[in-house]
Amino acid sequence: MRIAGYGFRRHSAYRAAALAGAFTNTVFGILRAYVLIALWEARPGLAGYDIADAVTFCFLSQAFIGPMQLFGGGLELSGRVRTGDIAVDLVRPASLQMWSLADDLGRACYLLLLRSLPPTVVGAALFGLVTPVSPVTWVFFAASCALGMVVSFAWRYLMALSACWVVDDRGTQSLSLLMTLFFSGMVLPLNLFPGWLGSLAGALPWSAMVQVPADVYLGKRDVLEALGFQAAWAAALLALGALVTRAARHRVVIQGG
Amino acid sequence: MVRTYLLLAWTWLRASAQYPGQLATMAIGSFAVNALDVLAIWVIFEHTGSLAGFGLAEVMFLYGSAGLSFALSDMLFGNVDRLSQHIRTGTFDTMLIRPASAFVQMAVDRFGVHRFGRTAQAAVVLGIALSQLDLPWSRAWMIPVMVVCGIVIFASVFALGGALQFLLTDAPEVANAFTYGGGTLTQYPLSVYGGELVRGVTFVVPLAFVNWQPGLFVLDRQDPFGLPYGLRFAAPLAALILAAVAAFAWRAGIRRYRSTGS
Repeated sequence: MRIAGYGFRRHSAYRAAALAGAFTNTVFGILRAYVLIALWEARPGLAGYDIADAVTFCFLSQAFIGPMQLFGGGLELSGRVRTGDIAVDLVRPASLQMWSLADDLGRACYLLLLRSLPPTVVGAALFGLVTPVSPVTWVFFAASCALGMVVSFAWRYLMALSACWVVDDRGTQSLSLLMTLFFSGMVLPLNLFPGWLGSLAGALPWSAMVQVPADVYLGKRDVLEALGFQAAWAAALLALGALVTRAARHRVVIQGG
Repeated sequence: MVRTYLLLAWTWLRASAQYPGQLATMAIGSFAVNALDVLAIWVIFEHTGSLAGFGLAEVMFLYGSAGLSFALSDMLFGNVDRLSQHIRTGTFDTMLIRPASAFVQMAVDRFGVHRFGRTAQAAVVLGIALSQLDLPWSRAWMIPVMVVCGIVIFASVFALGGALQFLLTDAPEVANAFTYGGGTLTQYPLSVYGGELVRGVTFVVPLAFVNWQPGLFVLDRQDPFGLPYGLRFAAPLAALILAAVAAFAWRAGIRRYRSTGS
């Protein structure tokens, strides 16, 4: 908890940058909303959404960019692998993974306030977004967001540690960006994907970052099943991350000097 | 100025050629990330035959021509958006005392082959769209004109975004809303967007002249917003005016620039 608090405070030093990000997310949200409106005007009721649902989805996905760190990065870890500081982190008595997770959740909570609320408010003012009436939905939505953040962290943690094996991690980072943007629902809602592509996208972990929380918010998906799906991926990726951390501990050679 | 640019670009290229593997992955990565946009357009057209009155080949044409303009101007001038980074670290001061234009140095900074990825992707899309559309020469002559005007317009937007960073050094992302936002806006036919937004990008920030107005001429289409026919040929004029404004803003920015001292 305390580390999460530090993460929150550390990121609050960059208020202007976060607000600028919120502005950019809002502009892109408006542009993307128009494209989705045009599509849903041509095909009303497509994929079980109406126009208001589609626009809400669009602004929610813009709002998730900050907290879920959809464009990758966000962890200092990959820089520390390159400089070799990771060696110090690995011998610390606290678990590297849990430490980074707490720090990352602090960051996510801060960005949720500064980068997610403004685009959503502007979107609601311009287009009128769907708001769930039942407080239970809000509770489930909050849980779903939190699980999404954990899945996002667990994935980025794996990507960051991959730098222990491949010297230049920019290749893996750009591959990860590609998968995240496309399979999370950022580019288009996943339920638009045709046939097998749709089922594949729905089963992959990235959908837990945008599509699943948005569907929970819109009430389009069985809540318990959705949360279970996210929790399963979070557990799987965190477990994999723990294994990789152990492997990294054997792998890293500390050079003297 | 052009000579300085080419010389510096060549220097950066030789520097980046020291790591050929990295270069290739980055070029492929940028190609693939942008290919996602096309995939999105394809998914949309899986569900509908026309989007805001335009068919798949027409949307691909508008996407490809704007994408080519954007990619080329991003390749040539896009680095200007790193100005705030240079101001904060103090490296911008070094550029100012060198005997070459600061704008050219900023634009060419870290010029690399990976930036060809996006250009190649847009060119492929445009090529496919043109082969589908089968346009007569009496209208196709406009295509090179609009691509060149588009480059000038986007380059001016990049320069304006750079100039903005003299004011907003801590918040460089604001400029992205206009530069990359402009790139995204022009990917789809403007008839998708609301009338007010379209009038804004026609008469205030002339992004409509990148591909929309000249594109209507190439595709021989009615303007859904009923704007005058003559606007279809106004792209060069709009590009020149915006370039003049951008040059003025950049100079004003440099004049009021004060070093951070670091």
